[in-house]
Amino acid sequence: METALSSLATILPLAADDSSFHAPSLADFFPPAVLFEGTPFEINRVMIVRFIATAALIIVMTVVAKRAKLVPGRGQVVIEMVMNFARKGIADEILGEKLGKKYAPVITTILFSIFFLNITGVVPFLNIAGTSVIGLPLIFALWVFALYLIDAVRSLGVGGFLKGQLFPPGVPKFVYIVLTPVEFLQVFLLRPATLTIRLFANMMAGHLLLALCFSATSFLFFHAAGGLKPLGVVTLAGGFAFYLLEVFVAALQAYVFAILTAVYLQMALEPEH
Amino acid sequence: MIGTAVTGLITAADEAETPNPLLPETYDIVWSLVIVVVLAFFFLKYALPKIQAVLDERTELVEGGLAKAETVQAEAEAALVEYQKQLQDARTEAARIREEARGEASAIVAESRTRAQAEAARIVENAQRQIDAERQQASVQLRSEVGTLATELASKIVGESLEDEARRSRVVERFLDDLEASTTAADAGKGN
Repeated sequence: METALSSLATILPLAADDSSFHAPSLADFFPPAVLFEGTPFEINRVMIVRFIATAALIIVMTVVAKRAKLVPGRGQVVIEMVMNFARKGIADEILGEKLGKKYAPVITTILFSIFFLNITGVVPFLNIAGTSVIGLPLIFALWVFALYLIDAVRSLGVGGFLKGQLFPPGVPKFVYIVLTPVEFLQVFLLRPATLTIRLFANMMAGHLLLALCFSATSFLFFHAAGGLKPLGVVTLAGGFAFYLLEVFVAALQAYVFAILTAVYLQMALEPEH
Repeated sequence: MIGTAVTGLITAADEAETPNPLLPETYDIVWSLVIVVVLAFFFLKYALPKIQAVLDERTELVEGGLAKAETVQAEAEAALVEYQKQLQDARTEAARIREEARGEASAIVAESRTRAQAEAARIVENAQRQIDAERQQASVQLRSEVGTLATELASKIVGESLEDEARRSRVVERFLDDLEASTTAADAGKGN
């Protein structure tokens, strides 16, 4: 009993020496400042990862745009495929031809940007998603929020917009007592909030999972008691599986964000549907 | 032991002082805003229009190519129709020329036949005329010779009785008239 407990104690993140197990924690997402500590322009590891992802995306797109040819190269084909998917598969599909054409650029931008900022979570040495800290998902969500509020008010007027959103047609009048507050919350709070939290929580959880698997593997292989070492194989395999899963999640969450952008725009701009 | 572990856990949590992950830090918001604005401008003002322009150009090119192919096809068909028409015209023309030539040939044959017949008729007529002339000449010559011969013969037969000039002349005339009459009668008898 005593030995079991003591080995448990060594697994848990209690001691500070190097041979102990470092469980990933929320502190990973708030690393120490590198520059401008304490100012609104503080730069830490996560910010640097975001800058790298942004720079990489800009470089890739600039190279493709500069070299864009009628007969595309391999890189151009991939970028064009994603652009085509955002335009046809998301914008046109959900918003229809006319609105789809108008909003396809925004949706494409969101799809590319969020994917690049997500994928850093599985890039060696970066190892954390740019979107795993709430600020960036929040700004993207606010962009979408502002876009559908402003464009809907512009095309339907304040009254038309509120009527369409808060008093959806086709339900008995007394239902509005319940429905209207719910719809109000939906439009003004839940849609942007869920956009934000879904993305950031997914990426945060992904990082925690991967970090847990790999730090456990490292601990089990190099520091654990002999009998526990084989367990490291299990955690390594788990880590590999979760790594693949995270690659998929990075793409999936970018897609989800982009498609919800289209859906929210559609609901705001065409409330009669 | 368990107590220590719990205390350690609490201490660890206290030490970390991690902020609530749902509440964004100011710097997080600031840099996120910068990143989103930069990416939005870059995509919406530069990258997407530029790549889209190439995509549109390609679509246009493909559609233009299809339209051009259609035009060329139509032109080829028109040319084919034109050629067939020309060929038909040429055939008609050839048939017409052949027909004409055939007509001309038969006309030529007919004409030469007519000419040959006329020539034959002329030759026959000439021959007839020559025969007539010769017969006339022979007749004249014969008349004088027959006169002389007859006179000589008569002189020999009659002798001196016919010395008288006037009587001799009368006898010869009468003889010749008789002779002519008999010749004419013989001609008429031939059915001329």
